[in-house]
Amino acid sequence: MRAKISQHIAFTILTLCGFAVVLPIIFILGFLLVKGLPAINIEFLTAAPRAGMKEGGIFPAIVGTLYLVICAISVSLPLGVTCAVYLTEYARDNWLTRLIRLSIVNLAGVPSVVFGLFGLGLFVIFLQFGSSILSGSLTLAFLILPVIITASEEALLTVPKSFREAALALGATRLETIRTVVLPNALPGILTGSILGVSRAAGETAPILFTVAAFFLPRLPHSIFDQAMALPYHLYIIATQVPGIPDKTKYGTALVLVVLVFGLNLIAIFFRNRFRKRRKW
Amino acid sequence: MLTTVDIKNPVIAVKDLNLYYGDFHALKNISIDIPKNQITALIGPSGCGKSTFLRTLNRMNDLIKNVKTDGSVKFGELSVLDRATDVVSLRKRVGMVFQRPNPFPMPIFNNVAYGLKIHRMAASHKDLEEIVVNSLKSVGLWDEVKDKLNKSAMELSGGQQQRLCIARLLAVKPEILLMDEPCSALDPIATLRIEELMHSLKENYTIVIVTHNMQQAARVSDITAFFLHGEIIEIGPTDKIFTRPGAQQTEDYITGRFG
Repeated sequence: MRAKISQHIAFTILTLCGFAVVLPIIFILGFLLVKGLPAINIEFLTAAPRAGMKEGGIFPAIVGTLYLVICAISVSLPLGVTCAVYLTEYARDNWLTRLIRLSIVNLAGVPSVVFGLFGLGLFVIFLQFGSSILSGSLTLAFLILPVIITASEEALLTVPKSFREAALALGATRLETIRTVVLPNALPGILTGSILGVSRAAGETAPILFTVAAFFLPRLPHSIFDQAMALPYHLYIIATQVPGIPDKTKYGTALVLVVLVFGLNLIAIFFRNRFRKRRKW
Repeated sequence: MLTTVDIKNPVIAVKDLNLYYGDFHALKNISIDIPKNQITALIGPSGCGKSTFLRTLNRMNDLIKNVKTDGSVKFGELSVLDRATDVVSLRKRVGMVFQRPNPFPMPIFNNVAYGLKIHRMAASHKDLEEIVVNSLKSVGLWDEVKDKLNKSAMELSGGQQQRLCIARLLAVKPEILLMDEPCSALDPIATLRIEELMHSLKENYTIVIVTHNMQQAARVSDITAFFLHGEIIEIGPTDKIFTRPGAQQTEDYITGRFG
């Protein structure tokens, strides 16, 4: 009887802990919805800011964020997947491999503001790209690289050894085996990892602070060498740097950013679950 | 080692083969000749090196770290263990069927066509189709799958999957089939079908089969080699090995004194 009661108590505590995790998300979303929804309308989402950003919309910031994210993933996806393939299929257990793995772990731990300074030093100043989408997206690419590599490695390791053996025993080369059997079956996991990387890149402020973000640029960027507005930075500006912005505008911007990031994460989870169900091995 | 059979013109000649997993001496001075167009069975208790030996013949041991081999394995004129040997073309000529069926998670047709595409063996799609159909027919799968060539191979039963793996292998026209306990994951009826298949394949291919199942070795093979602790104790014609074995250890194993 004693054991039953203490089990009951334990399960109740565990359930409460489970809910405790969900609570902050509900709180954040709820708060943003209540305070920010009034600002959301077609104009807000499709027009440029005007009148000192007190009126108008956040369209350039949305587009800027999208450009940054697309360019970042186009660099870090090929680089990350290739690195993961090297680590799982070719690398031997020696000091070089250990060094690479250590570097990836450390890269993941670098504070995002330090990434920003790195981007400033290397891309903006040294390589003379200036404050531009190119500099910003390259900085973001390195920020999300560890996420891509880790997710891709995991996806590649999930592919059973028996598939590789079957291909090799038929006379396929290592590269052919990877191209025709391993990579196609690792694609779902790689895709999920990429979407998570994308959502991370969309929400970062510090890396884009010094490398791309424009304080006020009401037109769309002309090229990747151009500056751009971005949602995280724009939010920071109107929340702290510009006086007199209506509350609902601030919360509305935050709401758009959060919906974007959450939305991307939900898409990733949706695809991951669908692939898991469809997978026949 | 006791040899009671003389094989002229062996298709594979192994002489003094030694293999080490790190420090562990897994194969000790193995010498054996594999006869053409016959079925050679390798029997022996678990862990005695039969599968390791089999995998040496098509260099699949290259996939394992820390393996050292020395000795000579000659496949015709080709020296198999030479580092300069092209393993890709070797594995096309010496194919392998694994213990657990391992079809690709692709349609049945694509499975059989895989090797043909890799080695560019079909001049046109029509050629490709013809070879695929013939391979499926030769393993007796055609009637069972002809209406569902686009279905995933993973939906087939274990026995069908194993026959599919054999069909996939036959499509690239190998000379030798290495079978590593091909029936151990299958039910008795599927096992019987595979054994019948082996009989019919013998005409055109050389088969080396590793098996735990002594009765299977007795049913199916022409020559049997008995492995124990990494050495070959005895090689001889199958009926002789199973009725009048020369070595005491062979007799002990056959009669079930150890297993």
